[in-house]
Amino acid sequence: MRQTHAMEIGTGLFVLFGIASLLFMVTQITAERVGVQRVGYVLTAKFENVGGLKVGAPVSMAGVTVGRVTAIAFDSSDYRALVHMRIDPQFNRIPNDSDAAIFTQGLLGNQYIGMTAGGSETFYKDGDQIELTQSALVLENLISKFLVSFAEGKSKAAEEGKK
Amino acid sequence: MRLLRDLIYSARESLLTLGRVFLFFLQLLAYTPAALWRLRLVVHQTYNAGALSLVIIMTCALFVGMVLGLLGYDLLSRVGSEDILGAGAALALTKQLGPVMTALLFAGRAGTALASEIGLMRATDQLSAMQMMAVDPVRRVVLPRFLGGVVAMPCLTAIFIAIGIFGVQLVGVEQVGIDPGSFWSQMRAAVELDDISEGMLKGSVFGIACSLIAVYEGYNSVPTAEGVGRATTRTVVISSVATLLLNFILTAFML
Repeated sequence: MRQTHAMEIGTGLFVLFGIASLLFMVTQITAERVGVQRVGYVLTAKFENVGGLKVGAPVSMAGVTVGRVTAIAFDSSDYRALVHMRIDPQFNRIPNDSDAAIFTQGLLGNQYIGMTAGGSETFYKDGDQIELTQSALVLENLISKFLVSFAEGKSKAAEEGKK
Repeated sequence: MRLLRDLIYSARESLLTLGRVFLFFLQLLAYTPAALWRLRLVVHQTYNAGALSLVIIMTCALFVGMVLGLLGYDLLSRVGSEDILGAGAALALTKQLGPVMTALLFAGRAGTALASEIGLMRATDQLSAMQMMAVDPVRRVVLPRFLGGVVAMPCLTAIFIAIGIFGVQLVGVEQVGIDPGSFWSQMRAAVELDDISEGMLKGSVFGIACSLIAVYEGYNSVPTAEGVGRATTRTVVISSVATLLLNFILTAFML
């Protein structure tokens, strides 16, 4: 009888170990917060172009992650992208004239929102909209702009050469 | 002409086997509620199939993870982006390597044990003896072993993935010195809950397939020493092929 109990305890340990591994995966290797209460406050910002920004991307200030992007929607009234972000509650002293811009980590990395503090005496609160925004740099646009200006410069130079 | 006849014969034969396996599966499913009254048998078989496979699963997972770490680092450091080693290795482990390797090891470690055990019971007339005593051998012998395997496989898959990631971390962070912060944060950014559920779903499906093949081969083995040996071999071969085939289908579906 004792042996049977040892076997059952062994099985219990085995299953427990399996569940612990699953828990490790869910909590440690994904960024999703399962069962954790969502805290903090929500800010919104409108961008001309969000580029490759994704839900879950970090919102950082001075390089420190202060929150995450929670939703990206399209506002059909002014044809801009509406980004919702949740800021962690301990960062509750962000001046309400701070601006938000979309940057890229490294050359080809993920895109994130970088905020730069303003000088206002009042702070952002839940539901506020960030007025000063700067869109993502889309590499293709940049290249085409460069090509156009390059071609213009060349034709101008050619004209001057004719004179 | 003879070739054609042989071909038709073998096609008919494999269809027949497929049909029999499926009917056997339906029979097992129909008996499953009754097995809940005999939970102790299922627990015993979970112990046999799962807890006793732990050592091999954990050792292999550690080495697979370490190899992934080495290879990934070697390749990624050439383009200067070794930070994403954690992300790549974790995705590879959760979605593909974890379930597939676990299923292959499970077929080799637990599947063969199931098949040869049931096959020997048939060869030594133990199953017939049960039938004589009006005990259904499918319910008493086959079903608990099948369910034990089905319960054990998802747990083993989860353990394999977790230990594998530990192995990657061991090589990537401890040995070659990737910054642990970027290692883990890149991993967290890349892996989503869907990836984990895909891995666990695959593990469960492979568990059902491998256990089913093992008990079917054992139960229908030729009752001789050679027959049991052949059933064991067939279990490994068919389980491995079925695992890889199912993996392809599931991956294509969930892409």
